[in-house]
Amino acid sequence: MDILELQSLKKYFATQKAVDDISFNIKEGSIFGLLGPNGAGKTTLLRMITGIFYPDSGNIIFNGKPFNPMDDIINIGYMPEERGLYKKMKIGEQALYLARLKGMSKNDAMVSVKKWFVKLEMESWWNKKVEDLSKGMSQKLQFVTTVVHEPKLIILDEPFSGLDPVNANLIKEEIFNLSKNGSTIIFSTHRMEQVEEICDHIVLINKGQKLLDGTVQKIKQDFKENIYKLDAKVMAEQLMTYIFDVVKFEPNQLLLKLQKETTTNELLKYFINQNVAIHSFNEVLPSLNDIFIKLVEGTTATRQFQNIN
Amino acid sequence: MKKIKLIISREYFTRVKKKSFLITTILVPLVIISFYAAIIAITIDGDNEKQNVAVLDDAHLFNGKPDTSNKSMVFTFISNETEKSFVNKYKDLGYQSFLYLPGDTSGKSKNKFVLHSQSSVSLSTMSAIEDIINNTIRTKQLISNGIDPKEFDKLTNNVSLDNTIDTKEGEKKSFAGVAYAVSYGCGLLIYMMMMIYGTQVMRGVTEEKTNRIAEVMVSSVKPFQLMMGKILGIGAVGLTQFAIWIILIVGMQFAIPLIFPDMTNHINSSNLNNTEGVSMVTTALQGLSSLPITKIILSFLFYFLGGYLTYASIFAAVGSVVSEDQQEAQQLVFPVIMPIILGFVILTKAVNDPNSSLAVFGSLFPLTSPIVMMGRITYDIPVWQIGLSMILLIGSFLFFTWITGKIYRTGILMYGKKPSWKEMIKWAFAKSNTKK
Repeated sequence: MDILELQSLKKYFATQKAVDDISFNIKEGSIFGLLGPNGAGKTTLLRMITGIFYPDSGNIIFNGKPFNPMDDIINIGYMPEERGLYKKMKIGEQALYLARLKGMSKNDAMVSVKKWFVKLEMESWWNKKVEDLSKGMSQKLQFVTTVVHEPKLIILDEPFSGLDPVNANLIKEEIFNLSKNGSTIIFSTHRMEQVEEICDHIVLINKGQKLLDGTVQKIKQDFKENIYKLDAKVMAEQLMTYIFDVVKFEPNQLLLKLQKETTTNELLKYFINQNVAIHSFNEVLPSLNDIFIKLVEGTTATRQFQNIN
Repeated sequence: MKKIKLIISREYFTRVKKKSFLITTILVPLVIISFYAAIIAITIDGDNEKQNVAVLDDAHLFNGKPDTSNKSMVFTFISNETEKSFVNKYKDLGYQSFLYLPGDTSGKSKNKFVLHSQSSVSLSTMSAIEDIINNTIRTKQLISNGIDPKEFDKLTNNVSLDNTIDTKEGEKKSFAGVAYAVSYGCGLLIYMMMMIYGTQVMRGVTEEKTNRIAEVMVSSVKPFQLMMGKILGIGAVGLTQFAIWIILIVGMQFAIPLIFPDMTNHINSSNLNNTEGVSMVTTALQGLSSLPITKIILSFLFYFLGGYLTYASIFAAVGSVVSEDQQEAQQLVFPVIMPIILGFVILTKAVNDPNSSLAVFGSLFPLTSPIVMMGRITYDIPVWQIGLSMILLIGSFLFFTWITGKIYRTGILMYGKKPSWKEMIKWAFAKSNTKK
């Protein structure tokens, strides 16, 4: 079942088509990656999903019903890219306050906040002020305040920026746990290696429009270029053949691009016939990073201002 | 509603729990009171230091019997000296100054009386000595013209004028001074509270925006709730401060006689034997009781709330459009505080002339009425003016909250450059961009 359905969402600002006719669906319980370069319209899109902005046109279906910010806000947790906390407020009080603003009762909020503080080893911070925290520590607090009300849909905008590898892993674990327990996670970033590691399904947007939509595996298959990696000791004169092109030649490793008609078996047969000892052979799929760069490159890196009437 | 209550209580308690709140709330009135007490003490006591003046009375003005009405002056007459010979000695003999009255006072030679001193003499000392000399000369001249100085004093009694206002209930004594002071004080207080708490609202909003907490907040609550929560929370802080001040003042009236039982006796018996002081105190008390206290307190509360709410929403909108740059805030705040200052200027006129057309206008125009109307409220003014002024104030509060709420919800999520006035007006009247 789809927890979120966006139907031709549009949002124009005075000088930009921030979101220009975007539709996609997000499955319940999945980890969804929303990708795009800076200024692609991700934040505007997320602000519409969190109810901060109204779309100019289009529909948002949340949990099977038209999205109603006032009722559905309890089911959404949003961690914006620009992190913000009250600097002078005590950490425990702050987490409680934000939880109660989402609609939790005082007691529920207390129980849940304490649970999360224990889980992320933050109990001793309770009476500290935010201004006393390091950047990484306040990031953890921000994460707690985002998920403390156990929302169905969790939206994380660049959740790992500023975290050291240990804490990043801690948060990553929690993201997986939340997903296992049935929460849907929208993960917005331009760090592709994290997306490949975490996300099931991705959408790539640029200049307010959707460029890609699919599972990570499917997208990689779509963009594969028939490139294979061969670990073997090969002489240069053994590569004189029409069935493949050599992409990269190293003494013990080869990157080969197969011709369209050629099958992998034919390739292996060729090397076996050449009496080459093959250690390993596997297909090289393009990284999301490559796909991202390929799709976004050529368009102007940052958006230009335009007039919209 | 539940959320707005949460916001109000956070805004309220984070401010009230601060140590600086208690300190300013208790210290400020103490500082003001002790400041005035010091001024009064100084003026009553005058120069504590006795002025020892050596007098060489060649003019035979005093005949060795100086006027002793001024107790801080001690005249010592010297003889067998000349001006020139004594000028070098008076300091060593312990006199602060040396008054020389030359022999010939017929006027022809225009001999001047001279006061020698080591450093320049204070104005009050100069005028005290001048008074003594003038009085002595006048008495002498009166006697030489055959008039008894005591008879003369009776003739020149000061006249004081009482103003009675003829109302339907009969005559009522007017205490212009007291009414003036209360009016002015109330207007001034509202002026100060609007400035202080208005800018607090503005700073709070800017802080939320620059801390980037605003985006987290508006994903949980409506921007309007966030704005009103802040305004109401800070307004409650203002009311709390008032309440503490009133309790302090009332408490002190009871506490001071208990702590210093001597003081009241002291005041009653010795120090103010010049009846002027006593009569001033009784006039003030009579004056206060003649004022419509309930009316003043109720309208003070109304105009404080009305004025604060109207301006706070404007300040909130200004706070929402500026970013870190304080300079920008200054530029935008200026047009907002102009009408407040204008109100204060009209107030100073209105307390003197409460029924002038400027005062009437100022007390109706909603951006100045909270201040100006407080300046007129102690006087009898037509009921329709009060009613109209209140309706206009409520109307403008609703209007400004509506407009500024729209600017606020756009501004609080905008970063980067400061929007122009044109853009802000566009936001104010644009159809809703974000949730209402």
